[in-house]
Amino acid sequence: MTVLKVTNLTKTFGGLKAVSDVNIEINQGELVGLIGPNGAGKTTIFNLLTGVYEPTVGEVVFLGKNTRNLKPYEVNHLGMARTFQNIRLFNDLTVLDNVKIAYHSHAKHGVVSSILRLPSFVKGEEEMIHKAIDFLKIFKLENKKDEIAKNLPYGEQRRLEIARALAAQPKLLLLDEPAAGMNPNETKELMEMIRWVREKFNLTILLIEHDMSLVMGVCERIYVLDYGQLIAHGKPEEIKNNPKVIEAYLGEEVAHA
Amino acid sequence: MIWMQQKKNYLSMILTIAALVSIWALVDYLTSGRPPILSGYYKLNIILLCINIILAVSLNLINGFTGQFSIGHAGFMAVGAYLSAVFTQKIMIVETIAAVTGLDPTGDVARTAGLLIAVFIGAMAAAVVGVVIGMPTLRLRGDYLAIATLGMGEIIRGLVLNIEYVGGAAGMSGITQLSSWTTVFILTIISVVVIKNFINSTHGRACISIRENEIAAETMGINTTKYKVLAFSIGAFFAGLAGALHAHYFYTIQPGTFNFLKSFDILVMVVLGGMGSLTGSIIAAILLTFLSAALQDLAALRMVIYALLLILIMIFRPQGLMGNKELSFATFGSLFGKKSSTGGGEQRDGSQSN
Repeated sequence: MTVLKVTNLTKTFGGLKAVSDVNIEINQGELVGLIGPNGAGKTTIFNLLTGVYEPTVGEVVFLGKNTRNLKPYEVNHLGMARTFQNIRLFNDLTVLDNVKIAYHSHAKHGVVSSILRLPSFVKGEEEMIHKAIDFLKIFKLENKKDEIAKNLPYGEQRRLEIARALAAQPKLLLLDEPAAGMNPNETKELMEMIRWVREKFNLTILLIEHDMSLVMGVCERIYVLDYGQLIAHGKPEEIKNNPKVIEAYLGEEVAHA
Repeated sequence: MIWMQQKKNYLSMILTIAALVSIWALVDYLTSGRPPILSGYYKLNIILLCINIILAVSLNLINGFTGQFSIGHAGFMAVGAYLSAVFTQKIMIVETIAAVTGLDPTGDVARTAGLLIAVFIGAMAAAVVGVVIGMPTLRLRGDYLAIATLGMGEIIRGLVLNIEYVGGAAGMSGITQLSSWTTVFILTIISVVVIKNFINSTHGRACISIRENEIAAETMGINTTKYKVLAFSIGAFFAGLAGALHAHYFYTIQPGTFNFLKSFDILVMVVLGGMGSLTGSIIAAILLTFLSAALQDLAALRMVIYALLLILIMIFRPQGLMGNKELSFATFGSLFGKKSSTGGGEQRDGSQSN
C-alpha cells in the first residue's frame, strides 16, 4: 500500500529552483532515507510534504489524499508528524508538556469542559499524562518529565523531539537529521530506538540524514538528492557504489579515480 | 506520591478559599460601617484594583501566554462599558426585570440580576469584536500586530466619540452604581479562575505552544489561527467584563477613559508582573494601582516616579517580577516542606492543581 506518493514536485524561491521534478513513493512500513549534500533541498522537501511550503508544481498525495491547500496542522491530522533539523521544542515548557501538546489533536474534552473542570476534563487530562509518559519511557526520558525542555542536553532534546512527533500518533514519521550532533554511541542507540518504534507502532518512516553509517545501516531504500534533483534511488548497496552519488558527495576526480 | 501531591493541592485550595473569604469579609467590614473605617477613596481604589486585576490577567492570556502582542485592550473595555451602560441606562434592564418578575426595582436582587445581564452582554459583545478583529489581525506578527491592535483600540474609541446616542465626547454620566464590592470581588475571582483553568488545560497548552514555537505547534497539529483567535476573544471577553463593572461603579464613562494610555497601563502591569504568570499580573496590578493612588498628590512628579520605577525594574528584572512562575500556597508548602518534592507548586502542573 502506498503511503506517500510525490509526483513532479517542484519548488522555486524567486529564480532559485530549490527542488525540481522530484518523484518519491513510499509504501506502508518502509524505512526510507533521503540523503544529499548540504543545500540539496532535503529540508525543503520536508517542508513541502508537511504543508509548511506550498509546491510550485507537482503533487503530494498522502494516504490517497492530495495535500495541496492543506495547512500543516491539517496534514498532521491526516497522520504525518516530523522533527526539525534545528530542534524546535517548546523551550520553556516541561518535557511532559511538550509531549502532551502533540497529543492535543486526540483530546476529546472541549474548552467549556476544561474551564468548568468537568469529569471529561479530568479523565482526558489523566489519559494524556499517561500516554505522554509512555512515549517518554520509550526514549528513556520519563525521569526528566518535569525538567524544562531547554535545559536538557542536546541528545535528549533530539530524543524528546522524536517522542513528541510520535505522540501525535502519525502513520508517517519524517525525521530531519535525527542524529545530528550525536556521538557514535548515541547514534547507535538512536538507530535501535527508531527500529523498535517502527515495529511497535507499525510506522512508515522517511529519514533525512548526513551520517552515512546510520542511513546505510537502518534504511531499506535511499533517495539521493543533489541541487534539488533526484540523482539516484535504490538499496543502500547500490547507492554506495553509484558513481553519481560518489561524485555528488566527494567530487568528480575521486569518482573517476 | 501522586496522592501526596493531591492532598497538598486540596490543602492549598482550602487555604486559598479561606484567604479569599477573609479578604472579602475584611474589606466589607472596613468599608461598610457608618461611617466606614476606610474612606470612600480607599474603597474606590480597591474596586479599581479588582478591575485592573481582571484587565491584567486577561491581557496576559493574549500577550504572555499566547505570545500575541496586543496593545488595544482598552478598546474591548470600552465595548463592554458602553454596551452594558446602554442596557442599564437606555434599555432599562433593571426596571424590566423588576416589572417581569415583580421584584422591587431598587432592591438588591433586581439590581444585581440587571447588572449581571448587562455585564454579560457587554462582555459577549467585546468577545465578538475580538473575533471579528482577531481574524484578520492575528495573521500579523510582533510589532505589526501591536500597531494593528493599537489602531483597533483607537477606532473603537473614535466610534463611540461620534455616536450621539451614547453621549459623544461627553460620554455617559449618571450611570446607576450597580456594582458593589461583593459583585466586583466575586467576578474578579471567577475571571481569574476561568483563565487559570483554561491555561491549565490542553487548550491552554495549545496557546502556549504558539508562543513557544509557532511552526512546531502548527506541524504538531495545533490549529494556530483558531487558538490565537480563541485566546484573543477570551481576553476580550474579560476586558469587556471589566469595562462593564467600571461603568457601573464610577458613574461616568467617556471615550477618553479608554484611550491608548489605559491600554498601556494594563500592558505595563502584564510586563511588570511577568509575561506568562497570572499571579505576577495580580501582584503587579495591586502594586501599580496602589502606587498610582499613593502618588496622586504629587501630580506632575507622579508620572516621573512611575516611569523611573518601571525602568529600574526592567533593568534589574527584565522577565518581570514573577517571570513565568506561579505563586500559590502549594509553593509555600514546597518551600518550607520536605525537600523530596520536585517543587510541584512552582510549575503549572496541569490537571492536578484543582
